[in-house]
Amino acid sequence: MSIRHALLALLSEGPKYGLQLRQEFEARTGEVWPLNVGQVYTTLQRLERDSLVESDGAEDGPQTQKGFRITGDGEAELAAWLLTPPDLSSPPRDELVIKVLIAAQLPGVDARQVAQAHRRYLVQLMQEWTRLKEYAADRDLGFGLAVDAELFRLDAVVRWLDAADGRIKRASLERLDADRAPLPKLPRKAVVRP
Amino acid sequence: MTVLELREVSKVYGDGPAEVHALADVSMTVDDGELVAVMGPSGSGKSTLLTIAGTLEEPTRGQVLVGGAAVSGMSRNDRARLRRRSIGYVFQDFNLLAGLTAAENVSLPLELDGMPGKPARAAGLRALEELGLGERAASFPDELSGGERQRVAIARAVVGERRLLLADEPSGALDSANGEAVMRLIRAACHSGVGGVVVTHDAQLASWADRVVFLRDGRVVDQTAPIPGPESLLAPER
Ligand SMILES: Nc1ncnc2c1ncn2[C@@H]1O[C@H](COP(=O)(O)OP(=O)(O)OP(=O)(O)O)[C@@H](O)[C@H]1O
Ligand SMILES: [Mg+2]
Repeated sequence: MSIRHALLALLSEGPKYGLQLRQEFEARTGEVWPLNVGQVYTTLQRLERDSLVESDGAEDGPQTQKGFRITGDGEAELAAWLLTPPDLSSPPRDELVIKVLIAAQLPGVDARQVAQAHRRYLVQLMQEWTRLKEYAADRDLGFGLAVDAELFRLDAVVRWLDAADGRIKRASLERLDADRAPLPKLPRKAVVRP
Repeated sequence: MTVLELREVSKVYGDGPAEVHALADVSMTVDDGELVAVMGPSGSGKSTLLTIAGTLEEPTRGQVLVGGAAVSGMSRNDRARLRRRSIGYVFQDFNLLAGLTAAENVSLPLELDGMPGKPARAAGLRALEELGLGERAASFPDELSGGERQRVAIARAVVGERRLLLADEPSGALDSANGEAVMRLIRAACHSGVGGVVVTHDAQLASWADRVVFLRDGRVVDQTAPIPGPESLLAPER
C-alpha cells in the first residue's frame, strides 16, 4: 500500500488540512490495512519537497494545521501510478506452497491432511470476511472492494489446495499401481549391442 | 431446535465390482436458523448427501431425521408431504418446468400441497417480488437468464412454510455478483428461522455459512469452528 499515492488521491478531491488527511486516511484504509499514522506526516513533507503537493501553512508550523493542495505534477504522478501494473512477474515465495510441497515428498506424512488443515484455516478466515461483507459492504464502497480483494485472494489459495489434493491423490494411486506391477524388462538389444 | 439430522449415513450405488461407496458414515446436524455448507471436490458425494437429506433417495445404512422424525418410519405419502411442505430443494441444474411460467413454477409446490390456485399464485408472486423478479413472473424459464432462473428456483424453494432449505451448487455457473446475491437470499431465509444446507466446491459460496463441513471421498473429514457474530468482528462505529 503506497501511502504517498493514497494521500495524493485524497488531495485530488480538493485541498485538505493535515489532521483531516490523517483522519480520512485512517477511516478509508485503516479498517482493512492498519497503518502507522506517523508516516502520514513524514510522507506529506516528502510530497511537498518533491513539489507534488503545496501547503499554505507557516513554514515550520504544526503539520496538523497546514492546508495541503495537490499540484499539476501531483495529478500527473497519481494518474501514472493508477495505470502502472505492480510487478507480479516473479512468483512470491509462498510459505504455504512450500509446506505442502515438502509434505508431499516426506514419507509418513499425509500431505492431503496437511492440505486440509490449511484449507480449514483459510475457509474460516473467508467466513469472517464474508460475515463482514454481509453486514458492512453496502455501507462503504471502499470497504466492499477491499473485502472482495481479500476473499478472492484467499479463494485462489483454497483452489490451489484443491488442485494439489487431486494431484497428490492421483500420484499416490499411480505409485500403488507401480508397486504392484512387475519390474519392467530390460531392453535386450540395447544391452547386447557393442 | 434440530431440523435435520443424519446419523451414520452410508450410500452404496451398484453392487459387485461396480460398487461405488458414495457416502460413508456421514453424521451431521443442522439447527433452525443455521446455514451449513458442505464443501468437497467433484465426486465427493455432495449431491448424494443432499438427495438423501431431502428424502429423494434412501440411504443404504443409517438414519435421516427431519424435524426430529425418522424418515425411514414414514409412509410414502407422509414422506411426499414432508418434501412438499417442509423441504425446499434447489437442484444443481435448477430443474424448472419448461411449460410453466416463473410464477407458476414457484406456486406449484403450494398448489400440490392443496392450497387453492389464487392464494398460491399470490404467494408465488410475492416470493418472486422479494427476489427482484416481479417483472419476470410471466416469463417461461427459457426466456430467463441463468441468474434469473436460479432466483426462481430459490423462490420456489423458500415459498410457503419451509423449515429446511437444501441447495446444490446454488450459484452454478453464475458470476460472483449473482452468486453473492443468491447466497444473500439463502442467508435471509435462514435468518427467518429456516435451517439450510448448501453443498458446493466453491469456498466463496461456502464462506457464507455459519459452519463448513468438509467432505472427501464420501466421508466428513473436518469442519470449521462456528464463527463469532458480526458484532465482535465489526470495529465500533466512529
Ligand atoms: N445413481 C448413481 N449410480 C451410481 N453411482 C452414482 C450415482 N450417483 C452418484 N454416483 C457416484 O457417487 C459418487 C458421488 O457422486 P455425487 O453426485 O454425490 O458427487 P458430487 O460431490 O455431487 O460431485 P459434483 O461436484 O461433480 O456434482 C460419484 O463417484 C458418482 O459417480
Ligand atoms: Mg453434485
